[in-house]
Amino acid sequence: MSSRDPNHPSPTLSVAITGSGGSGVVTAGQMLLMAVADAGLYGLMGRSAGPQIRGGESAVMLRTGDHQIDCLDDHFDILIALDWLNVNRFAEEIPLTPESLIVCDPESGTVPEAIAHQGARVMALPLNALAKGVTEGRVNMVALGVIAELLGLPRQTMLSVVDKALKRKGAGVIDSAHQCINSGFDQPKSLQLRSKLPTISVPPPRWNISGNEASGIGALRGGIRFVAAYPITPATEMLEWLAPNLEKLGGALLQAEDELASINMIIGGSFGGIPSLTATSGPGLSLMMEGLGLAVTSETPVVVANVMRGGPSTGIPTKSEQSDLNIALYGFHGDAPHLVLGALDIRDCAFTTEWAVRLSEELQTVAIVLSDQSQGQARSVIDPPPAAPAGHGRKLAQANEGDYLRYRLDPEDGISPMAIPGTEGCLYTADGLEHNERGTPSSMPRDHQRQLDKRLRKLVNLDSGPSWAEIRGSGENCIITWGSSSGAAFEAANRLARLGRATRVIAIRLLSPLPENRLFEALAGATRVLTVEQNHGGQLYHYLHALRLLPDSARMLARPGPLPIRPGEIIQTMLEQY
Amino acid sequence: MSGNPVASPVTAKQFKSEIKPVWCPGCGDFSVLSAVTKALAYLALPQQNVALVSGIGCSSRLPAYVSVYGFHGVHGRALAVASGLKAARPDLTVLVAGGDGDGFSIGGNHFLHACRRNMNLTYIVMDNEVYGMTKGQASPTTSPDWAKSMLTPHGPGVPSFNPAAIALASGATFIARGFTGKPNDLAKLIVDAIQHPGFSFIQALSPCTTYRPEQNEWKKIVRPFDADVTADPIEAAQRIQADDGLSTGLIYQTRLPVWQPPNSISAEIEQLERGFQI
Repeated sequence: MSSRDPNHPSPTLSVAITGSGGSGVVTAGQMLLMAVADAGLYGLMGRSAGPQIRGGESAVMLRTGDHQIDCLDDHFDILIALDWLNVNRFAEEIPLTPESLIVCDPESGTVPEAIAHQGARVMALPLNALAKGVTEGRVNMVALGVIAELLGLPRQTMLSVVDKALKRKGAGVIDSAHQCINSGFDQPKSLQLRSKLPTISVPPPRWNISGNEASGIGALRGGIRFVAAYPITPATEMLEWLAPNLEKLGGALLQAEDELASINMIIGGSFGGIPSLTATSGPGLSLMMEGLGLAVTSETPVVVANVMRGGPSTGIPTKSEQSDLNIALYGFHGDAPHLVLGALDIRDCAFTTEWAVRLSEELQTVAIVLSDQSQGQARSVIDPPPAAPAGHGRKLAQANEGDYLRYRLDPEDGISPMAIPGTEGCLYTADGLEHNERGTPSSMPRDHQRQLDKRLRKLVNLDSGPSWAEIRGSGENCIITWGSSSGAAFEAANRLARLGRATRVIAIRLLSPLPENRLFEALAGATRVLTVEQNHGGQLYHYLHALRLLPDSARMLARPGPLPIRPGEIIQTMLEQY
Repeated sequence: MSGNPVASPVTAKQFKSEIKPVWCPGCGDFSVLSAVTKALAYLALPQQNVALVSGIGCSSRLPAYVSVYGFHGVHGRALAVASGLKAARPDLTVLVAGGDGDGFSIGGNHFLHACRRNMNLTYIVMDNEVYGMTKGQASPTTSPDWAKSMLTPHGPGVPSFNPAAIALASGATFIARGFTGKPNDLAKLIVDAIQHPGFSFIQALSPCTTYRPEQNEWKKIVRPFDADVTADPIEAAQRIQADDGLSTGLIYQTRLPVWQPPNSISAEIEQLERGFQI
C-alpha cells in the first residue's frame, strides 16, 4: 500500500522490547515509532500484554523500513530486555535467529532458556548502572538510546522525540531522559547489526495512527455521527477516540448498559436518520445478533466495528485472532442478507470502515467490519489513507408524495426510500416482524417471500467495483486471504516471486456479499491455491469451498492466534503443499 | 396539566391508524391506545415529530395503531431503541410502550438504566401481570401463588416485582400509576409525563381478560392515592411500599438534570486528521 514499488521492498529491521510492569516498555516502543516516523521512515508497532489491569509484563514488537509495513517479520533483529521477569510468556512471540542480537544487562540475570535456545548473539550492557548514573534515570530510556544507535537513527531525532513525548512531564524529566538516551548511544557496543536503516532526505506525508483510531476516522469520514457502545477489549480505544471527536463534529457517543442496549440504541439513532455505529469484540457481537437481525428486517442501516480477539467465549481478550468470520457471516437466525467487510491492515481500517458505512447507508442494512487486536491496538506509520467510494447515500423519502409504502417492492434494486421522523406525510412503523410493503406485520407467505427477495436483491445487485479485494502479483500460485493476514501474504508472495515462484495474492475486503464473478476472474489460471487465515477451523476456506469458488486442490493454512501469521510460514506451507 | 384532553381541537382520531388491533375484546390495552391518542391530540404535537417505540408482546403492538412514526423492535429492547433515537434526535417527542414482561424481565436492565439516565422519554408499561402473547405465563409482576400457568403449575413462587419502587430506586424523576378503567385520568398522566423534562414512567394497570379474567375486578378496587404527588423520594418510597399496587395517580415527580449528549460543532474532519500527521 506504499507509494514505493511493493514488489521490491528494501530490507527492514525488527526490534522487540520486553520488561515487567512499570519498566516503560510501551512508552519506549511508542517513542521509537515516533523517532522512526520523524526520520522519514515507516514502522509497525504491535504490543503484547498480559491480562493485568495495571503493570504486568509487556512486550512491544516494532518493525521499521523505508516502505509501509503491514506485518511483522519472521524474526527479530534485536531483542532488548529491560529485565527478564516473566519473559517466558512472550518467548514464543519473539522468534530469533543466530544472527539476531539480544541486548541485556547481566545484573538482571542470565538469558532464560526459552530465549537462549534460539542461539542468538548476546551483548551484555550495563543498562541499569547507566540509568542509575543519571538523576531520575530510567532503564527504558537507556535502552532507547542503545536501540536507536544500533538501528542508525540520528541522535537528534531521538532526542527531539523525547521533547515532544515528555513535554507535559517537565524539564527535569526531559533532561534525565536525554542523558539516559545519550548514555545508551555512547555506550561502546561489541556487536552491531548487519545493516542500518536508510536515510530519507525528503520524507513523504505520513500518519502515525493505531488501527482503532483509523477505524474511528473511517467511521467519521463515512458520516457516522452517533455511536452507542459498551467497553470491551480490544475495541475500547476506538470508542475513546470517537467520544471527544464525534462531539467536535456535532455527533454523540452514548455509553450503553450492555451490548444488547448498544446495538438497539444505534438502531434507534439510525431510524432517526443519523448514521450510527457501535464497536465491539466477539462476546459483544454474539450478544448483538438478535438486534442485527432486527436491523436487517426493519432495513435500518447500522455498522458494527468488530475488533476480533481470541475466542470463543471470553477467550484471549488481549490477543489477536481472525475467528469471527463465521459469526459475522452466519450468526443470524433466519435469512438475513447483510454486509461483511474485513480491514486488510491498519491503514485499511480507515478505508474499509468508511466504505462499510457508505454501503450500509446505501443498502439500508447491517455492515459488520472485522478488524482485530493486532490492527486495533497496534500503531503504524502509514501513507495517508485514501477515501472510500462515496456511493449514493441513504435514499430518503420526500414529504407528502402520496401514499407512503416504506417497504415498497417496485424498486429494481430493492432499495425503497426511507422516511426519517420529522418528514411529513410518510408516517410508518418500522418492524422486526415480517411485514407487507406498508410495514404492517404480516405472516402471509407471499409477503414473507417478497420481502425476503427484496432484502436479498439489495445485496445481489451491489456492484462493489474494484475495492472488493486487493489483488497483487500474478502466476499459477495464488494465496487467498483476508484481514490482518494480508500483509504477511503480500510479503510471502514477493519473496516467492524472488525464489522464481510467481505468486498472486487476493486479499478479500468485501467478504459478503462476495463478488463471486470477480473472484472467479481473479483466480483464472491459478492452479495452486492456498487460503491463509489466523483461525483454527479454516473459516474462509470453508466459506469459499461452500460457494464452489476454490479448485478441489486448494489447500489451507489456518492457524489460531495469538501468534501472527508470518510471511515465512506462508512460504513454507506453499513450498510443502506444492 | 390544566384543561381537559378530551376537549382538544386536534382530534384523537387523527392519531389513530387504520390498522385493527390484534388484542382480545375487552383488553385494557385498547384504553391505553385511546389515552395515548387523546394525550397527543391535547398536546397538538405534529404527528411527524412524535415517535413511539416498543418491544414485543401484546401491548408492544401499540405503535402500528398510532399515527406517528413507530418502531416495533425486538423483545425487551424498546428503551434502548428509544434512548438511541432521542440521543440522536433530541427534537423528537419519544414515547416508549410495552408490557411487564418486556420491560421488567427481558428488558429489566434497560429499565434500570433508563431511569438512571433520565433522558426526556415517556415510558408506558401496560401491566397485566402475565405474558399474553405466549398464552399465559407468569411475569415479574405476577403474584407468587398464581398457579394457572402450565409453566409454573405451583405458581411462580417468588415475590413479584414492584415497578414503582424499582423506578424510584433507579432514579426515575416521574413515577405514576394509571388504570385503563379510567382512560381520561390515564390520558392526563400521559400528558403530564410527556411535558415532564426527564424520564417519566407510567405503570398502566391493564387487565388481561383472557389469561387473567380475575383482573376484571380491578375496576372495583382500584382507587386514587389519597395523597398528592411528592418530590420527596423517602415519602414516595413509603407510599409505594405501603400500597397494594392498586392505587393510582402521579406518585413522585422531581427535577434532575436531563441527560442529553452535548451538541455543538467545533471542528471539521480534516482538523481531526491533522492530529495524525507526522
